[in-house]
Amino acid sequence: MFYREAGQFKTNYVADSAIFPLREDRIGIGLIVLAAYALAFIGNSFLLQAVMIPFLVFSLASIGLNILTGYTGLLSLGTGAFMGVGAYACYKLMTAFPEVNVIVWIFVSGFFSAAIGALFGLPSLRIKGFYLAVATLAAQFFLQWCFIRIPWLVNYNVSGALDAPLRTLFGIPIVGATATPQTRYLVVLTIVIVLTLIASNLVHGRIGRMWIAIRDMDLAAELMGIRPLQTKLLAFAVSSYYCGVAGALLVFLWYGGAEYDVFNINQSFFILFMVIIGGLGSLIGSFFGAALIFILPIVLGIVLPALFEPFGISVGADVIEHLRFMIVGALIIFFLIVEPHGLARLWQIGKQKLLVWPFPY
Amino acid sequence: MSFRKLGLGFAAATLLAGTALPALAQDSVYVPLFTYRTGPFAGSGTHIADGMHDYLRMLNERDGGIGGVKLVLEECETGYDTKKGVECYESVKGKNPVVVNPWSTGITLPLIPRASVDKIPILSMAYGLSASARGDIFPWVFNPPATYWDGMSMIVKYIGEKEGGLDKLKGKKIGFIHLDAAFGKEPIPLLQEMAKDIGFEVALYPVAAQDMQNQSSQWLSVRRDRPDYMIMWGWGSMNGAAVKEAVRSGYPMDKFYSIWWPGEDDARAGGAGAKGFKMLNWHAVGTNFPAIQDIQKHVVDKGLSKAPKDKVGELLYNRGIYNSLLIAEGIAQAQKITGKKVVTGEDVRRGLENIKLDPARLKELGLEGFTDQLALSCNDHNGHRAAFMQEWDGTKWVKISAPIEPMTDRVKAQLDAAAKDYAEKNAGWPKRTEACDKAS
Repeated sequence: MFYREAGQFKTNYVADSAIFPLREDRIGIGLIVLAAYALAFIGNSFLLQAVMIPFLVFSLASIGLNILTGYTGLLSLGTGAFMGVGAYACYKLMTAFPEVNVIVWIFVSGFFSAAIGALFGLPSLRIKGFYLAVATLAAQFFLQWCFIRIPWLVNYNVSGALDAPLRTLFGIPIVGATATPQTRYLVVLTIVIVLTLIASNLVHGRIGRMWIAIRDMDLAAELMGIRPLQTKLLAFAVSSYYCGVAGALLVFLWYGGAEYDVFNINQSFFILFMVIIGGLGSLIGSFFGAALIFILPIVLGIVLPALFEPFGISVGADVIEHLRFMIVGALIIFFLIVEPHGLARLWQIGKQKLLVWPFPY
Repeated sequence: MSFRKLGLGFAAATLLAGTALPALAQDSVYVPLFTYRTGPFAGSGTHIADGMHDYLRMLNERDGGIGGVKLVLEECETGYDTKKGVECYESVKGKNPVVVNPWSTGITLPLIPRASVDKIPILSMAYGLSASARGDIFPWVFNPPATYWDGMSMIVKYIGEKEGGLDKLKGKKIGFIHLDAAFGKEPIPLLQEMAKDIGFEVALYPVAAQDMQNQSSQWLSVRRDRPDYMIMWGWGSMNGAAVKEAVRSGYPMDKFYSIWWPGEDDARAGGAGAKGFKMLNWHAVGTNFPAIQDIQKHVVDKGLSKAPKDKVGELLYNRGIYNSLLIAEGIAQAQKITGKKVVTGEDVRRGLENIKLDPARLKELGLEGFTDQLALSCNDHNGHRAAFMQEWDGTKWVKISAPIEPMTDRVKAQLDAAAKDYAEKNAGWPKRTEACDKAS
């Protein structure tokens, strides 16, 4: 009923390989984007700064890892470090060339991350699965070591931390303390939308099909004329590019200053969980995963005390914290048992239901 | 079907929470406490959280707040995690907090530039950015009573005195075991500069945050290098593990010095062998003060505290009290200056700048002899106060030295350079526009 494909004919190949072939999808996406922009003007600063900006940043990083793990089937535990490369590269670039707009440097910093990612992706031709995960773990530890040990990366800052100097766009501060959550959010949102569109084009086109072929059976893909080395390295490069941009956004548009410890192994796992929960090989799943893993604990932190209060039970911040851990952990297990293909699959089922509604099939 | 119910339930719960957020009473002052009772640093953080909370709670119970205004206390759990700390900051920002205590150098750093924008003073007591001691450049940040650089100079000075003069350190080797983060690395430039001037050798033993509890490789290196002295800059489980490892590897404990963060539990971890371990401190331990006895009477005995009774008066608990003492003084001074009862963050910033804890005032507060006097000013947000050395005698800390003054000449140059550097790197760092109050 709501999702009727009938009557929407595709008369050429371009229409067939469009990102959103269905009219309903186009309308839906348009509405979501509109709502996201509207949120900048109706949301309060907590919602924008502490919920939406990090959610978008983590979604972008999840998209990056999803390209690698979900689409190409290469498991990586170096996401945190690749995000770090982006952040440190962006810091070096924006302090060395302050006259160039910071948006340019955020996009450029991803290329540094991509190069490092491709370098650490080299072993992927020979090793697979868990063994590759261990190889990328080496990237995580080595790069993190670099962040601590090379003071040049932080311009010999005594505290060894990154800070966000004031940068503007059209005269409005977007990086630095004076940037309002609203402008930060708009910048992050626009960057994430642009990059998601590009990712969507990539995975739906020739390159994405090459990645999927490699994932499903690399031997067969090779026989069909897909070069495994180039394809895998491309996946590493593109994935790291997204992670790098996400890292730069994380430090300069969300935290506004950070220590190396932000890019530790936990960050890598955090993103990996988002990808697995959201759904491997799905862009919308990356958003779902980020929402569940990042936003749910925040919601619980607000909801739980409110739930206990009417009964006169006052619970401490530490108990709430423990409860958050337990509930989120239990939910992850629950979702993995009920729907191992992630939230994206649930979304697909929901779409199917909408298609046939009000009939059962 | 069940999913739909689940989703509806969540939506309903979210809506409920949105409307049920506690509305703050008009005649109260909101003091958020960033604490960590979970995570790898909970071993240190819990006692500090208890001390901070209990002192302010005692003021509420005993005096009905400060100047007749109740304090609304709310803990926000950071887990010593920057991400959660920033989230905490965002969640309390809208409730007009009068002061924020991040209790982590990692959380302090991103908050420093925001403080002046949001008009919320940051009190990072003896941690955070050392350079923020310069009130003229960082009007919104306070880090009394001493910086890490002051602390390092005090330890080296003390060691020098034991050797019979600073110049006697020439040719000696000093090991520096530190948490490999901004916090632990900060004193390194000063230590290296002193090493060059005086002529001693420095060996660095960094401990990464994830290996805090396993320091065997670092202490193996210590055993090989045989430094004449060891200085430690640690926090959380790192301190206890270091003491344990030092005892196990047979390092002479009387040559082992630490900055002011280990607590009793950390020293106890070394068992009987930890005797002789020394650390800097600037306030008393124990409960032998009227104010702390009031805490026991009004808060702990009534079951309003989370602290076990025997932990009250321990080092880190009292450290929390000291932090709250500064908060309370900042608020009290702000009330005095402005004449208002319900003060804002801007008022408390002025209040903190006018803190004057002299012996008379401490006596009035029921904390006579608890700590050395402290006076902050418009330009000096730190005080650079002396600290004393204390030694672990196997069961408790014993004060073993007179107050040691920091080597101000050395520290000041570093401090000014760092502050200038910070302002320069952050192009567009705002000039101080806040007027100075006349010293009262």
